[in-house]
Amino acid sequence: MHELSIAVSIVEMVEENLPSEDVKVKKVNLRIGNFAGVVKDALLFSFEIAAKDSQLENATVEIEELPLIIYCDACDKNSEIGNPPIFRCEFCGEATPNIVQGKELEIVSVELEDDENN
Amino acid sequence: MTRIIEVRKGILKKNDELAANLREKFQSANVCVIDLVSSPGAGKTELLEKTLGSLKDKGYKVAALVGDLETENDANRLARSGVPVRQIETHGICHLEAEMIEKHLEGWDLNELDFLFIENVGNLVCPSSYDLGENFRCVFLAVTEGEDKPLKYPTIYNSSDVAVITKIDLAEAVEFNRETAVASIHAVRPGIPILEVSAKKDIGMDEWISFLESKANKKASVAESL
Repeated sequence: MHELSIAVSIVEMVEENLPSEDVKVKKVNLRIGNFAGVVKDALLFSFEIAAKDSQLENATVEIEELPLIIYCDACDKNSEIGNPPIFRCEFCGEATPNIVQGKELEIVSVELEDDENN
Repeated sequence: MTRIIEVRKGILKKNDELAANLREKFQSANVCVIDLVSSPGAGKTELLEKTLGSLKDKGYKVAALVGDLETENDANRLARSGVPVRQIETHGICHLEAEMIEKHLEGWDLNELDFLFIENVGNLVCPSSYDLGENFRCVFLAVTEGEDKPLKYPTIYNSSDVAVITKIDLAEAVEFNRETAVASIHAVRPGIPILEVSAKKDIGMDEWISFLESKANKKASVAESL
């Protein structure tokens, strides 16, 4: 369950990027590749625990999931890979190790709660 | 109006940066660093114990860091090979991180080492995301595990640079299908070199040691051998 470690990293990194310690985060937008080795439900569950008593407490998490895509040199084409991930070009059937997309683990942006004074 | 702040950063950026620093340190010290990953019970410690002994006998300077959730049992066992060994107790964390490696290297002179082995926590999922600054990652598949394990845990196999099939002496007893296993490994990691060993029965160990030597940055510090 390294999702808890990932969730703690998200909270730390977001807090470092906030303009002040007074703002509260309403929503966190993530991009996670299907081949990043992260289970979405486990991450969402862990996030609630990691965000407790932080500026991200009660924030929602939106995850954009990115399929695994590999590139074949011979065909000069990309193939989208399902599960289990067999690293073969869908056009020529040859094995290829080149990953174009699918290992992302990124914080894209955060949305802040409206300032109560405004 | 909702304020949006762009972050656009990798979640594991801190670990990646620390790992990059470690990699630089390892390179400048000319030490070959190997990260060993597998499920619990695949034979990492047994193979590592024999490996440390063999490399030491050949005149190499070797050391090992051993990750486990709890206990120093593995470090005590590996210390029998007479090389420096340190235990990393993660206390519940299911993988090693670059920060743990950095902390446990304190006081060791990397320039004095030819090989540093890092035995990761026995786990086929979590270690795959964490770069430790290693030269290469080695995944072990025991013949007792089932030939389709690579298909079930593709990320760890894909992130590895060499696969070692362990406990090969038991292959016949468990009706291990070599072709299926090799096909599974190559399905999720095309082109990865595959070795077969039994540390207990000393099968394939010479090939394994030669493989490590071919990856090492410097020749054995053979002293007084003539």
